[in-house]
Amino acid sequence: MKEFVLIFRLNNHSDFKPSPEQMQERMNWLGSIAAQNKLADQGNTLSSVNARTVYPDNVVTDGPYTEIKEFVSGYIIVNTETIEEAVELAKANPIFKIGGNIEVREVMVRRSGL
Amino acid sequence: MNQGNSFRTELLPHLFRQEYARMTAVLCRHFGLKHIEVAEDIASETFLKASELWAVNGVPENPSAWLYTVAKNKTRDYLKRVNIFETQVRGEFERDTPQIEPETDFTPQTIADSQLAMIFAVSNPDNPGESQICLALQILCGFSIEEIADAFLARKEAIKKRLFRARASLRKNEFQISQLQETVVKSRLDTVLRTLYLLFNEGYSSRSNNHLIRKDLCAEAMRLALVLIENPLTNTTRTNALLALLCFQSSRFEARLDAAGEIVLYEEQDKSLWDQELIDKGNYYLVNACSGNEISKYHLEAGIAYWHTTPAEVDKWLHVLSLYNQLILIEYSPVTALNRAFAFAKVHGNEQGIKEAEKLNLNENNYYHSLIGYLYVAINIDKAIIHYRKAIELTKSPAERKTLTRELERLILRQG
Repeated sequence: MKEFVLIFRLNNHSDFKPSPEQMQERMNWLGSIAAQNKLADQGNTLSSVNARTVYPDNVVTDGPYTEIKEFVSGYIIVNTETIEEAVELAKANPIFKIGGNIEVREVMVRRSGL
Repeated sequence: MNQGNSFRTELLPHLFRQEYARMTAVLCRHFGLKHIEVAEDIASETFLKASELWAVNGVPENPSAWLYTVAKNKTRDYLKRVNIFETQVRGEFERDTPQIEPETDFTPQTIADSQLAMIFAVSNPDNPGESQICLALQILCGFSIEEIADAFLARKEAIKKRLFRARASLRKNEFQISQLQETVVKSRLDTVLRTLYLLFNEGYSSRSNNHLIRKDLCAEAMRLALVLIENPLTNTTRTNALLALLCFQSSRFEARLDAAGEIVLYEEQDKSLWDQELIDKGNYYLVNACSGNEISKYHLEAGIAYWHTTPAEVDKWLHVLSLYNQLILIEYSPVTALNRAFAFAKVHGNEQGIKEAEKLNLNENNYYHSLIGYLYVAINIDKAIIHYRKAIELTKSPAERKTLTRELERLILRQG
């Protein structure tokens, strides 16, 4: 088993509030992964309001935005044999209905002494 | 006076279970856990004397009070004997007999405190779950080894072995039973609740066919949970949530088995057999459980059980699914995953439910096949039959095999 982080990205919707139906859909998606016993860490939602970006020379800006007006809204970690399987799990997420996307990245386990 | 033989078959076993456990708890607190055998011997001798005398003289007016007086005298005699041995026979040898007050008292407060302390002593996080329940049944509930073996559908020898190890660790553990410290309560309460939860489940979905034993297991779990509720130290929102869950589940106890002892499916249950008094109690403890911010697995399970006491609500299954979504995040178990899939099918239809269930990868689980079989009935009867057959092949419970076989025969008839 390997661990993969699913990173959720949304477009610039800092005031976006999900509807109860959307919440329900998201909970169903998460519950489904947990029911397959493939959830390693249910992760967190990251605030889009209480956010700063720190640049060199003590430059600090408001917000989490990168230049392409996308921000990371949260993450979870799944446990699967392959990255393809993790991608399949991601495909069922309702985030695509609201214009978001998901980045899937394998967690590289740090070996001691390196 | 209650003459006759009925006391041997009815009154005595009942009294024995109830009072033996209480007596042992009080005496153990008195002597310390190291000497649990002494406490058990005194309790056993007391009951032996009762069964001999009551058979001849009839049962006294207040049997419990009678038993406690005899136990008290036997304790005094024991301590006198030990003392003589210590001072006159053994002399300068090292003493490891208990140094304690010669008087025991059996007031309701002492009994309640002793039982609570005993629950915590027995709930050792280092013991595996199954030995934990065996130990609880023997020490907290006064069950005999035969009865425990019957409840677990195990051989007596296996239960003896399990108990032997668990009791050895109980004696060695040096658990301070005389006074229950707040820190101990904090660190062990979760194990205590888990023990009671397992105890109840063992009765509720037991492998045993013995209906009476199963009912007793459930009743004992509830009784012990009530002991926790009655002490401010252990009356937490989590404890209330657990007791609410046990009340809701028990309310359907009579409805879920038919006259022949076969399991009646939830949807086919005679709802007039549901125990409204227990449902009301469940509601009461659930409200108490929700007085804080905490959401434990017991809260979620009690919430689900609550919805199951309301047959006709519109959004019922939506709520149930949402609770299962949260429950599976707290703790994965195949049973929760399958129950969640069932709720999913109730909300999104059987076809979606089948897809959801098939993702679970539980091919060797009998419930997996009976669930998918059930969901296929209206869609594809051939597939339903295949899954029911697989479930029958995999199940270890005779009651369940009967229920599934009955269902399978019905399907084969319909298939024509």
